[in-house]
Amino acid sequence: MDLLARRKLTNKVALSLSLAAMAFGLFWLAWILSTVIQLGIDGLSLSLFTEMTPPPGAESGGLLNAIVGSLILVGLGTLIGTPVGILAGIYLAEYGRYTWLGRVTRFVNDLLLSAPSIVIGLFVYAVIVATTGKFSAWSGVVALALLVLPIVIRTTENMLALVPGSLREAAYALGAPKHIVITRVTLRAARSGVVTGVLLAVARIAGETAPLLFTALSNQFWSVDLNEPMANLPVTIFKFAMSPFEDWQRLAWAGVLLITLGVLGLNIIARVLFRAEKLH
Amino acid sequence: MQQAIHPNQGVISGPAQIAFRNFNFYYGQFLALKNINFEIEKQKVTAFIGPSGCGKSTLLRTINRMYDLYPNQRAEGEILLNSQNLLDPKVDVTTLRARVGMVFQKPTPFPMSIFDNIAFGVSLHENLSRAELEERVEWALVKAALWGEVKDKLNQSGMSLSGGQQQRLCIARGIAVKPEVLLLDEPTSALDPISTSRIEELVIELKNDFTIVIVTHNMQQAARISDYTAYMYLGELVEYGVTDEIFLRPKKKETEDYITGRFG
Repeated sequence: MDLLARRKLTNKVALSLSLAAMAFGLFWLAWILSTVIQLGIDGLSLSLFTEMTPPPGAESGGLLNAIVGSLILVGLGTLIGTPVGILAGIYLAEYGRYTWLGRVTRFVNDLLLSAPSIVIGLFVYAVIVATTGKFSAWSGVVALALLVLPIVIRTTENMLALVPGSLREAAYALGAPKHIVITRVTLRAARSGVVTGVLLAVARIAGETAPLLFTALSNQFWSVDLNEPMANLPVTIFKFAMSPFEDWQRLAWAGVLLITLGVLGLNIIARVLFRAEKLH
Repeated sequence: MQQAIHPNQGVISGPAQIAFRNFNFYYGQFLALKNINFEIEKQKVTAFIGPSGCGKSTLLRTINRMYDLYPNQRAEGEILLNSQNLLDPKVDVTTLRARVGMVFQKPTPFPMSIFDNIAFGVSLHENLSRAELEERVEWALVKAALWGEVKDKLNQSGMSLSGGQQQRLCIARGIAVKPEVLLLDEPTSALDPISTSRIEELVIELKNDFTIVIVTHNMQQAARISDYTAYMYLGELVEYGVTDEIFLRPKKKETEDYITGRFG
């Protein structure tokens, strides 16, 4: 076999292997999505968004309290985790890149990033729930913020590091002090990447069950009091899916579909944002 | 201590804007510029030429203390800007950089509108009313020969312009601050020939108002636009003189070899 034929063959083998790997991944993803849609669509109705989680065997019922609870928990968790994360990311990329403190912070952040969410849940349980003696939405917010934090730190740092040094130098060359260079030039150039990171962090915590199980717990009833346990989609799904009641199981699947669509939507928004800025 | 007499002093015929005195520059332990002594004339174009790695960009970047951004870079000696030593630790670099502007090899528009790109530097150093700011932006764009092309789209992103327009935007941004000196670091090496010739015309125009120092790899460019040329090699200033003299009657063999293309 001559060289050219051998190269063509190698190419074909490599291409088919990577195509097969892609098909394998897509196959499961498509299966998951189709199952979620198939089973979730049954429970999808207007009452899902207007009624509270029902007792078993009730005629009707929805997920309103869980949906609102999730929005509050995820919203506040993001609101707390994001600014701290962006500031820490700025420190790592612009001030502490080569310093001892920067290296330690980066390492600790990597640990936090890969920590299982149940560890975070138990930590907050021990620190807040056990000491105050009650489950509360606040503790859930803290747990979710702790999950948002490392993701936002990492993406902010990476996106700032991608901003070309020439842009920074150009701003300095005009006599801009460092804080102006960061806030008005580099952060602005990295804006879409940072926003994408925040959206992905939101998508990540929207479905987290373990950290809420030990903190916000859940609530069968309507409650927006942050000092009380609060209903939320993941724990409700967990509880309802484990139950023997058919109507609860149907609601659990509807909740799964809602979360999946929400996360899918966030991912699409993140991609569109990132691409729009790239084409700019 | 008595100052040594250097052959590169006394080249210029007008007032000096910048003077290097016994100037050394280090990257860490490495001595990148060795005992540089010469003067740059006010409101003329001075070109630095030489093969890659000879230190010409390094030398240019000392005039606005760009190297301050990097902790392992260090300068020794004196650089006088209107007889004030700008290496003095008491010199405030932000003020210095308002007096010494710089344009880079690759166009670097900021991710903001054309108007804001120009206004950015101005509002760092001056407190202007909106009307005065608009006037200044127009003045800078007219000076940079870009006004006609962008006057109807000042709110568009600076990144939407072509490469040549972006580079003229960067020049406008630099001169909007009204510096005394404008440093150009290979400003046309990323541009097509038409954009290049526009920038060259602009440079010749701008020397009526500013002292211009340009680093270039293109020897024809140095010959076309500069009044004085400095030939550098391995961190040393080999020969400095009136551009025509350097190109027609170089005094040193190395300079002649380089400009005739026998080397470099």
